[in-house]
Amino acid sequence: MNTDPTIAMRIRSLGKSYSIQHQEASRSSGSLKQNKRTPWWRSFQNLQSAERFREETFWALSDIDFDVPRGKVFGVIGSNGAGKSTLLKILSRITDPTTGTAEIHGRVGSLLEVGTGFHPELSGRENIYLNGTLLGMRRREIKAVFDEIVDFAEVERFIDTPVKRYSSGMYVRLAFAVAAHLRPEILIIDEVLAVGDIGFQKKCLGKMQDVTGEGRTVLFVSHSLSTVNSLCEQCLLLENGRVKRIGPTAEVTNAFFDASNGTGGGSQLDFTKNPQGDEIASLLTAKLIDREGNPISHAMIDAEFGIEMTYEIKNVDQPVVPNLHFYQAGTCAFVTSPAVLPELRPGIYKAVAWLPARLLNEGNYNINIAASTMNPPQAHFHLQDSFRFQVIEDIHDPSRQGYSQKIPGVVRPFLDWTVTTTQP
Amino acid sequence: MNTAKTRDNDQQIRQRRDTVTLIQSKRRISPFELKELIEYRDLLYFLSLREVKLRYKQTNLGVVWVILQPLVPAIIFAILFGNFGRLPSNGQPYLLMVFTGIVAWGFLSNSVGRGSGSLVGNSNLLSKIYFPRIIIPLASISSVVVDGLVGVCAMLVLTLFFGIKPGVHLIAAPFFLMASLLMGLGITLLAASLNVYRRDIGHLVPFALQAWNYMTPVVYSSSLIPKKWLFLYSLNPTVGLIEGFRWSILGGEPATPLMLTSMTVGLIVSVVAGMAVFKNIERGFADII
Repeated sequence: MNTDPTIAMRIRSLGKSYSIQHQEASRSSGSLKQNKRTPWWRSFQNLQSAERFREETFWALSDIDFDVPRGKVFGVIGSNGAGKSTLLKILSRITDPTTGTAEIHGRVGSLLEVGTGFHPELSGRENIYLNGTLLGMRRREIKAVFDEIVDFAEVERFIDTPVKRYSSGMYVRLAFAVAAHLRPEILIIDEVLAVGDIGFQKKCLGKMQDVTGEGRTVLFVSHSLSTVNSLCEQCLLLENGRVKRIGPTAEVTNAFFDASNGTGGGSQLDFTKNPQGDEIASLLTAKLIDREGNPISHAMIDAEFGIEMTYEIKNVDQPVVPNLHFYQAGTCAFVTSPAVLPELRPGIYKAVAWLPARLLNEGNYNINIAASTMNPPQAHFHLQDSFRFQVIEDIHDPSRQGYSQKIPGVVRPFLDWTVTTTQP
Repeated sequence: MNTAKTRDNDQQIRQRRDTVTLIQSKRRISPFELKELIEYRDLLYFLSLREVKLRYKQTNLGVVWVILQPLVPAIIFAILFGNFGRLPSNGQPYLLMVFTGIVAWGFLSNSVGRGSGSLVGNSNLLSKIYFPRIIIPLASISSVVVDGLVGVCAMLVLTLFFGIKPGVHLIAAPFFLMASLLMGLGITLLAASLNVYRRDIGHLVPFALQAWNYMTPVVYSSSLIPKKWLFLYSLNPTVGLIEGFRWSILGGEPATPLMLTSMTVGLIVSVVAGMAVFKNIERGFADII
């Protein structure tokens, strides 16, 4: 057992397997069952439905080793299905690991969701106590911070009203306020900061930083690279259930970005050999192009550029609308689709969306490319997490006024400013 | 003021610094669990409070329902079986005989009825947060206890109204109620955990409780049972439970030693089996639910 006082959590060869059941002859069912000894009552299930099951073991996590230093904010990142949630569930003791151990030194509070156990019929006061005790607080601890929680959530006047009468903003604030006042030594947080308005999010981030300021350890799991970058000193990158990299956050997030760029994605995609789509429409190519229509590997911030897609429509009875979903660091910046479409006819189409100069900020963008019919709304192809490009800017650009740091934001439009003196 | 609170909290944290949680596969038995349950007693309290409050929120009659639920069937059975059917009641008022039966039976059947779906019903909690899982079925039973105690009070008023003087055997009454509740708890644990895996249990429970009720002297007296069937009948653990409780309140014929033995055996078996099954599959709830 670990006696090093600088380590808050020690995780050794942790693994978790599930057995996936396939129903033979029919389509595979995605039912996940924990891989333990087959309990006796499971045999009924097989008798009862005379179908054969083929079991396959799936390791959601394997050979996970890392230490979380005491008093630091430690991030866990990875793409969907990398095992982040499973790791979180094991560390917060919701589910058991199949192999390995995790030693946690100190009282743990885990926050996989805000407002767990909130009941609409109960008053704000009752919910604070119920939720607080669920999160592992004692009644007197809640009593001690009760007024702070109510202040933080700004719900003084409604504290004895059933929360079903709350606006959704109030509800979220109250749920968050309870969580923010949790004072365990080790806090395990999932992507819960993604709710609430911006002002309140900042307040919560501030509160979280207070938490570590007081020497507490935070394990933070997130899709949001920017949040991880701004909060965590160290980071763990998971890939397919294994540790890909551990280290300072900047290094790990870069590795993550490179890795996801390396997986067949890019700014020039060609699917003519295996078109992506269904019997209505399929995607053939997607390209980043300059004003003249030449393929380019990256865009400059001060030049117009286009996203060109070619797709085949095989079978139409209603308009097939191409659409592009622009993402940065997992957040959707905007979605665009053409306002006018040509007449309906099967064939191969080319669509180009032109992005004016100085619309997107510098940085890495990811575009999901789709085509949909609207009645009923249905996507015929939807290419996700593959089309990527970078917008590059010369830091000596005069519009930066000599500022050399990264300017935040997903877009950076050139706006019409008027600057005049009011006093001669 | 605030700093004082923070200091207080920090002190608690320092006290807990030595807390080490070891997470590993298949924790079979752990001595920490009882300690942990005690640590989470406030949660048990608030979940129970939620259970009780939600039962009567937005009702006009509130606690009156708790009395009506046993009283109305008691009156109906007293008229049907007592007046029309002239079934034996050991010389006691038929109404009281049924009422005592319903009160004692209620601890068991309401526990199972409300508790067997509790784990599935609280799946959002089980899949999002850790706490000793047993708190969920325990909390679901809390409202049964509250309702049951109200029923007991109503019953005592009713016995005084009928002019029945409580005897020394009244001391035994709490033990029988406790036995009913514990047997209910054991079956609840069993049913609630199996229900997570197979929802068939949810369909089975109401029907099984109904059948069990018929085989238990709740709305009739066991003196109705012919001699040659009495041995078999007495093997039902709830027979001793009901007859014992009835005797402790109303006097008259006490439960036979055989009835009391089956009751004790049934009690032990249900609690042990319930705990064992619950513990054995507890860790898998979050994966299956």
